[in-house]
Amino acid sequence: MTAAASTASGAAVSERGRLRLSGVSKVFGRGDAQVVALEGVDLDIAPGEFVAVVGGSGCGKSTMLSLAAGLEQPTSGTVTANGGVALMFQESTLLPWLTAAQNVELALRLRGVGKDERRQRARELLAKVRLGRHVDQRPHELSGGMRQRVALARVLAQESAIVLMDEPLGALDAMTRDQMHDLIESVWQEAGFTVVFVTHNVREAVRLADRSILMGSRPGRVIHAQPNTLPRPRRLDSNLLVEMAADLTRRLKEEVAVHDDADYFTI
Amino acid sequence: MTTPTTSLSEMPAADEVAEAPARPSRGSAWARGPIPILLAVVIVLAIWQIVVWSGWRPDYLLPGPMTVFAELGHIVAQPEFWRALGRTLVRAVAGFGLAVLTGTAIGLAAARSRTLRAAIGSLVTGLQTMPSVVWFPLAILLLGLGESAIMFVVVLGAAPSVANGVLSGVDQVAPAYFRLGRVLGAEGWRLYRYIVIPAALPSYLGGLNQGWAFAWRSLMAGELLVVIPGAVALGNRLAFAQEFGDAAGLLAYMLVILVVGMLADAGFSAVATRIRQRRGLAVR
Repeated sequence: MTAAASTASGAAVSERGRLRLSGVSKVFGRGDAQVVALEGVDLDIAPGEFVAVVGGSGCGKSTMLSLAAGLEQPTSGTVTANGGVALMFQESTLLPWLTAAQNVELALRLRGVGKDERRQRARELLAKVRLGRHVDQRPHELSGGMRQRVALARVLAQESAIVLMDEPLGALDAMTRDQMHDLIESVWQEAGFTVVFVTHNVREAVRLADRSILMGSRPGRVIHAQPNTLPRPRRLDSNLLVEMAADLTRRLKEEVAVHDDADYFTI
Repeated sequence: MTTPTTSLSEMPAADEVAEAPARPSRGSAWARGPIPILLAVVIVLAIWQIVVWSGWRPDYLLPGPMTVFAELGHIVAQPEFWRALGRTLVRAVAGFGLAVLTGTAIGLAAARSRTLRAAIGSLVTGLQTMPSVVWFPLAILLLGLGESAIMFVVVLGAAPSVANGVLSGVDQVAPAYFRLGRVLGAEGWRLYRYIVIPAALPSYLGGLNQGWAFAWRSLMAGELLVVIPGAVALGNRLAFAQEFGDAAGLLAYMLVILVVGMLADAGFSAVATRIRQRRGLAVR
């Protein structure tokens, strides 16, 4: 996480794992139907940094991930992602006709990994997310939490320097979420990739991130950044964590209050 | 967070399709076993026998089930029957196979090009609404009374369904899968090979099944209309039986045609069910 400041200042852009958005705006539609999803977003995320992005509905956080992943192009500004980008979705989007192992293998296969190696590698990765005994099961035979762990193994198989997570735990219960926090944290610490973790849960953001970015809506923009140096592993119910989360919640509520009337009357 | 509002800005990205495995309620084993089929057969036979007993038509025009089964046993013992059945099945498989090849090729081409799709999509739908038997007079005029006229109509009858199966299959692939494919680095043909085609498979099978049904119907219509000397098929036998006033033989051949159709359908259903089970979409 300290690698960011290593080399000469000018070379920072080409560092593997760095994600940089400069003056990024994204507009959907034309004329009256035009919606400004993002406006003037500047974000510089260091290699190995864990950044959480928090915001209400319509703040453009998913759009931001699509831009970072290269699935969409910004209307203006530049997005620089160095070292490959993997994306983890809210629903696991595992392919239902493949087993857990085959889902992970597909990511390896599309990277050109040979047959024997990918079989072995997929099993190792599934063991890493503690699914060693479920390699041959199909997605519908797994629980929601297990499916997201397969998705995490698939992300690891991509060996990207940057991992984007779009509310990956949104559909899980509190207990499973808690376990997933530990798991995501441990694989991140081991592999050292950069994470952008989108969530609407402020406690989750504070639990996981080195820095929480707060986004406002209409148009979507960055309104606050909260660095977090609490030692890891953190406990969801520790006082310091709860305080930081409360601060984020307060700022978020202020932001929502500004738009309250507008929200109700534009829909 | 307290205002559950949705805005357009979220829409392009928030197109995850939650594939909640919709589990149909598990019917009792009784309702899924062979008993309902047996019951259906019993009901049909009973109605048939009752109509015969009512004396609505004389026995030589409408024989009862027992007479027809006896005739069927007699027919099945003759080598001519097996030659006719064989000829019909060869035509069915060849015609359907050709329809699958052309339908799949057209469907895939149309699925990949928006312009082609707009043009072919409506053409395919139009063709499907037209009873394929309507093509026979033209086919006979152009190709003569022969195998090619029958093949022509069988392929024309079945290919649109197959193409439609491909198109609706590709249409129904969740946008999330396309996004996943791009994130995993599957582009072009690899996207189709590893993600789109497997995802479209159930729909494609539905198209094949429907295509088979149309092929079978077209073939029977063709065999009623087109008689090729020295090449007698099932449909011809049906026509002969009617001409000779052989009611028992006619009904026996009808039963054979029914059974062939049902067996093929059962085969398609078995494959489709197996695929759905593997994906958690159907109860075992």
